[in-house]
Amino acid sequence: MQIIQIIGIGFVATVLIIILKKQRPEIAVQASIVTGVVIFMLLASKLVAVVDVLGSYVQKAEIKPVYFATVLKITGIAYIAEFGAEICNDAGESAIASKIELAGKVIITVLAVPIITSMLDLIMEIMP
Amino acid sequence: MGVDLIFRIAAIGILVAVLNQLLIRSGREEQAMMTTLAGLIVVLMIVVKEIAVLFDTVKTIFKLD
Repeated sequence: MQIIQIIGIGFVATVLIIILKKQRPEIAVQASIVTGVVIFMLLASKLVAVVDVLGSYVQKAEIKPVYFATVLKITGIAYIAEFGAEICNDAGESAIASKIELAGKVIITVLAVPIITSMLDLIMEIMP
Repeated sequence: MGVDLIFRIAAIGILVAVLNQLLIRSGREEQAMMTTLAGLIVVLMIVVKEIAVLFDTVKTIFKLD
């Protein structure tokens, strides 16, 4: 039933932001940022539970924890980069939004390099 | 932490907008600008605190640091 609460918050916030948009656009942008934060806070507890469950499976399957930690980091960076980029897009600053997305991609690529190298080493071993 | 936060910011925004119109109509443009800036700073304080909370939560959930 929490989804209905979140949709309600979204509608109310959207209406309030429309009221504010004409006179005070700067406060409207901040209201949308706070709405995003509030909705994420509602989901934070569920997210922690999912991450813990996945972590326990990774341990059971004896997968190296480095891989799961990197995947988790990449997910976090992707989420927060997308959050910032969407807020900038809403405010009309699409140039800044694309810069933020570019930065997110670069950081994720940097994080993914160790995994790629270990995978290539593995392939080298298998190759005759 | 919750919906009341959104209502507080919206209330400040609407209040500042109304005050601004009031002051402009009564001829005091400088004070109108002052109230606008004051409202903006108050909202900024709230938003910055909330964003800090968000970033800490994301850091702990995704073990980013």
